[in-house]
Amino acid sequence: MSATTVGPATTVDVPMVLAEQVTKSFGSNEVLKGITLEVKRGEVMCLVGPSGSGKSTFLRCINHLEVLSAGRLSVDGELIGYRESNGKLYEMAPKEASKQRRDIGMVFQRFNLFPHMTALQNVMEAPLRVKGLPKAKVESTARDLLARVGLADRADYYPAHLSGGQQQRVAIARALAMEPKLMLFDEPTSALDPELVGEVLDVMKGLAKEGMTMIVVTHEMGFAREVADSLVFMDAGVVVESGLPSEVLANPRHARTQAFLSKVL
Amino acid sequence: MSTTHPSGPAAGSTPPPRDAVSTSEPIKAIRLRHPWRVVFAVLLMAIFALFVIDAAFRPAYDWPAVGKYLFDRRISMAALVTIQLTVFSMVIAIILGVILAVMRLSPNPVVKSVAWFYLWIFRGTPVYVQLTIWGLISLIYTSIDIGIPFMDPWVSFSTNAALNTFTLAIIGLALNEAAYMAEIVRAGLLSVDKGQEEASIALGMSWSQTMTRVILPQSMRVIIPPTGNEVISMLKTTSLVTAVPFSLELFTRSRDISAETFNPIPLLIVASIWYLFFTSILMVGQYFLEKRFSRGVGDRQTDKSDPAPSTGAITGVVPVIGSGQPTVVLPPKTDAPGTTGDGGAR
Ligand SMILES: Nc1ncnc2c1ncn2[C@@H]1O[C@H](COP(=O)(O)OP(=O)(O)OP(=O)(O)O)[C@@H](O)[C@H]1O
Ligand SMILES: [Mg+2]
Repeated sequence: MSATTVGPATTVDVPMVLAEQVTKSFGSNEVLKGITLEVKRGEVMCLVGPSGSGKSTFLRCINHLEVLSAGRLSVDGELIGYRESNGKLYEMAPKEASKQRRDIGMVFQRFNLFPHMTALQNVMEAPLRVKGLPKAKVESTARDLLARVGLADRADYYPAHLSGGQQQRVAIARALAMEPKLMLFDEPTSALDPELVGEVLDVMKGLAKEGMTMIVVTHEMGFAREVADSLVFMDAGVVVESGLPSEVLANPRHARTQAFLSKVL
Repeated sequence: MSTTHPSGPAAGSTPPPRDAVSTSEPIKAIRLRHPWRVVFAVLLMAIFALFVIDAAFRPAYDWPAVGKYLFDRRISMAALVTIQLTVFSMVIAIILGVILAVMRLSPNPVVKSVAWFYLWIFRGTPVYVQLTIWGLISLIYTSIDIGIPFMDPWVSFSTNAALNTFTLAIIGLALNEAAYMAEIVRAGLLSVDKGQEEASIALGMSWSQTMTRVILPQSMRVIIPPTGNEVISMLKTTSLVTAVPFSLELFTRSRDISAETFNPIPLLIVASIWYLFFTSILMVGQYFLEKRFSRGVGDRQTDKSDPAPSTGAITGVVPVIGSGQPTVVLPPKTDAPGTTGDGGAR
C-alpha cells in the first residue's frame, strides 16, 4: 500500500473506492461499459437503475467475485484482483484475493445465510475460520453484533425460523463480523415484504451514522434521499447521472433518469 | 417469489399460505369407491397363492435341501464375506467419490480433467471386465516398485504377494463404484444454491473452506438417499468378484457347493434368501436415513428452539408453512431439486 508511507493526511484523501473505466463483458455481451466513480471514506453511495443495467455486476467486481475485462478498480488505494509492479499487472493468487474480500462486506438480495447454521454460527463462521480468532472472543463479538441488529434473542435460531427481515439483519451482522472497511448492499430489501423493509433500512441507517462506507443498490428512494451522500443512476452499463440525492431526485437532467424515476417514485 | 398463488378464501392482508386449506370444518363426503382395485387385488392374490402352493410341492425346488443349506457354515461364512466386500468397497468408494466430485467442480482445469478422465474410464467399461483385469494385474505388473523411475527401486515386492484376491476384489469394486458415487456427490453439490458459495467466498473463505464448511454439509440431504441405493446395489454386485477370481462370497460359494451336489436350484434359493435378508435390512436403514435427511431444515430444529425464546413471542418459531402468521416469511431459497436420476443405471 502506497498510502501508508505518505502520512495520515493523504490517507484520508485516498478514496475508499475508485473505479476508472471499469468494463465487464460476459462473452460478447458488454455489461459494464466504462464506469468511473469514486466513493470517499465514510460516504454512502446509492446506486439505482433499471433491471439489467449492471448494478449487481459492478458490486461483484468491487468484491472480485467477477473479474474485470478492462479498467482499474481500487479499494482503499489497493488495486482489486491484481498486483502492480513495474507498470505490469499480475493476476492475484486466490489466497490474496480472499484476503482483500475480508475487508469488504457484502449483503445479498436473497440473504444467502448458511441454512445449516444458527444465526450465531452464521456470524461466527468467518472470524473463526478465516481470521482464526479464539472462539470465546468471536462468540462475544457475534452476540454483540446480533444485539446491534436487534436480534440478541434470536441467536440460536436457524435461518428458516427467522422472518426475511430478521434473516437480512443476521446477514448484515455476519458481514460486519469481519470488521470490513466497506459494505456492499445488493438490493438488500427487494426480497422482503413491505412491512419488513423498515427494520433492515434502520440497521443500515445506523451503520451509515457510525461512518461506515457503503455502496447500496436499492430502489428505496426514501432511503437514498435521507442517508446517501451521493446518488448514481446507471443504465445499460454506463453512469448516466450522479450527484446529491436531493438534486438528482428533484430535477433529473437526463431523459432516461426522468423516465426511470417516474416509474420508481 | 414472483409467482402468486391463486388466493384462497382467507387471503386478506396476509400472504396466502402454500396450501390454502381451510381448517374451519372437516369436509363430510362419501368416499369415492374403487371397485376395480379390489377385483384386481383378489385376482393377483389368487394367482400368487397358486404359485406358492405349486412351488411347495414341486420337487425341483427341493425345499428340504434349502433348509439344510440355509444355515450351512460355509454359506453363512460366505454371507459374512459378502458383507465385508460391500462395506469395505463402499467406504473407499464414498471417500474417493467425494474427492472426485470436488475435483470435478474445482476451478483448476488440470484437477478437473483428471477427475473427468477417471470417470470416463471407470464408468465406460463394465465392472465385470474391470474385475477380470484386476485379477490379471499381477501378469501386467509383476512387481510393485517404489523409487525413482528408471533407477533401482528402494522397495520392490511381487504383486502376487502384496495383493490377494480379496484385496483385488475390493479394489476393483471400490474404484468402479467411486465413479458412480462421484456423480451422486456432484449432483448433491450442484443442488446447493449458488448464492451459498458466493456468500462464503465474499466473507473471505477459501474455496476448500467453502466446500467443506458450506457446500458439502448442505448437499448431504441430496447425497444420502441415492447412496443407500448404491449400497444395496453393491451388495449384489459383489457376486461378480468371481471374475477376479475370488470365490468365497455368497454367490460363488453356493455355485461351488452345488457343483458338488449336482443340485443347483436349492442353493440358488439359499443365496437369494440371504441377499434378500441383507437388502431388506438395508432398505429399512435407508428408510430411516431418508426420513432423517428429507426433513426440511425448517422442521429439523423446531423441538430445539421451541422452549428457547424468553420473550414469549412466537413469531419466529412457528413452522414456516401454513400458519398464516403475517410476520413469517418463506425463506426465498428454493428447495433443492430432487435427487437426479443418474448413478443407478448400469
Ligand atoms: N454470469 C453472467 N453471465 C452472463 N451474463 C451475465 C452474468 N451475470 C450478469 N449477466 C448479464 O449482465 C447484465 C447485467 O446484470 P446485473 O445483474 O448486473 O443487472 P442489475 O442491474 O443488477 O439488474 P437487477 O436490477 O435485475 O438486479 C444482464 O443482462 C445479465 O444478463
Ligand atoms: Mg442485481
